[in-house]
Amino acid sequence: MPDKPKIAMYWCASCGGCEESVVDLAEDILFVLDNVDIIFWPVALDFKKSDVEKYKDVEIVASLINGAIRSTEQEEMVRLLRKKSKVIIAYGACAQLGGIPALANEFQKEEILRYVYEEAPSAVNPDKKRPQAQFKDDDRETELPELWDTVRTLEQVIDVDYYLPGCPPSSKLLKEAVLVLLSGILPSKGTVLAPDLALCEECPRKDTKPTDLSFTEFKRPNMHNIDPEKCILSQGFICIGPATRSGCGAMCIEGNMPCTGCYGPTSRVKDQGAKILSSITSNISGKTEKEIDAILEGIPDPVGTFYRYGMAGSLLRKKVDF
Amino acid sequence: MLLDENKSQSGSQGWQPKIIAFFCNWCTYTAADLAGVSRIKHAPNARVIRVMCSGRVDPQFILDSFAKGADGVLVGGCHPGDCHYQEGNYKCLRRFQLFKRVVESFGINKDRLRLEWISASEGDKVRLVINDMVAKVKALGPLSLPKKFSEWDKEMNIIEEKIAGKEEAVHA
Repeated sequence: MPDKPKIAMYWCASCGGCEESVVDLAEDILFVLDNVDIIFWPVALDFKKSDVEKYKDVEIVASLINGAIRSTEQEEMVRLLRKKSKVIIAYGACAQLGGIPALANEFQKEEILRYVYEEAPSAVNPDKKRPQAQFKDDDRETELPELWDTVRTLEQVIDVDYYLPGCPPSSKLLKEAVLVLLSGILPSKGTVLAPDLALCEECPRKDTKPTDLSFTEFKRPNMHNIDPEKCILSQGFICIGPATRSGCGAMCIEGNMPCTGCYGPTSRVKDQGAKILSSITSNISGKTEKEIDAILEGIPDPVGTFYRYGMAGSLLRKKVDF
Repeated sequence: MLLDENKSQSGSQGWQPKIIAFFCNWCTYTAADLAGVSRIKHAPNARVIRVMCSGRVDPQFILDSFAKGADGVLVGGCHPGDCHYQEGNYKCLRRFQLFKRVVESFGINKDRLRLEWISASEGDKVRLVINDMVAKVKALGPLSLPKKFSEWDKEMNIIEEKIAGKEEAVHA
């Protein structure tokens, strides 16, 4: 079977949901496998780093990399894949913008390690042992990956050609991306392979969105019932849809939950969090600081709400001072 | 001018804060103009950017200012009730009330971001506000995010250098 285009898939700081989205192709995966050779996919197939090293530079047609980058090992692997691949696709919200793992940028590495290895209720570690980057046993010396201080997006580490947004990207987008790759007619570098429109455009409740919103309170989905017919934002629940790229098919809305913003911003927006904060808060009904603050009490964690998937890729990238 | 700025950037000695000031066309910018023609002296650290309304100040502008090296950001608009566009300054205030919490969560001291209502006739308030803000930001010291960004990135490439070092050792 000579010369089917070679595709690699790799995961970094991610949950595995992106890999799952490949399996979600269902029978379409047979079409994909008919047309490409998956030469590296550690989560599903037994290949080693040395298998990738054997390929010539840019011999791999495309590498789909998911997950944020936050350790020396992940950096090493993505640099290797960059060298061997013609096209790098940042696959999913974490690779594109940092995703959930990037919320760690609100903390220092030491705080995280201390909590995980000492303070967490589930931690049993009386000697307060921590993972070490170097380990010596007799005369063997082992080097282990080290956690970074900063969680990064893929493009902050290597050159990225295309982005597939989403947590995870929908199988429809993945299928379209594969077709584009196979066609050989590639879009211009830096393209996000999803429509450049806000989610509201494809929202099934679009018609119920009022032209003028005026918030008198903010509700949280775990405390209140959501009317399954009406625009969720107009009911006072934070919905990031107006500042989020479409392409997911409004799955969360179909499930009667507000959009949390995983598809990232459209091309005209640099900082999704600041943009949706701006949009939502300017429509609060109060006019004095006191009235406004009382309404804003309904948003207890603005960073976690508005930067849920985009902290590493945001303008400030992480907490700048502790 | 630019040379002097670079010099003052490199050492903390003689460092001068950079304040980006977004002033609304109808009130605060006119007030700054009035301060000028009245020959009112104030600290020279504010770089004024005229916007049509304080409601036009997208929070992205403020984050971008910090990210590109501003030590402080000042937003000036018309007093409540006086907005040329009726609602613009209220929109600005509403955003500001939440946005300042976000900026603080990102580790930026609250004194680096300030919202003031200054009407067209309050030339002296421009002096008071800018002087006070410059004094507060001076006390905080430089924010210098561009420098911080490059310092954060020093943890990258370490592995590659190590590998390159090993390869050289093998070839030698």
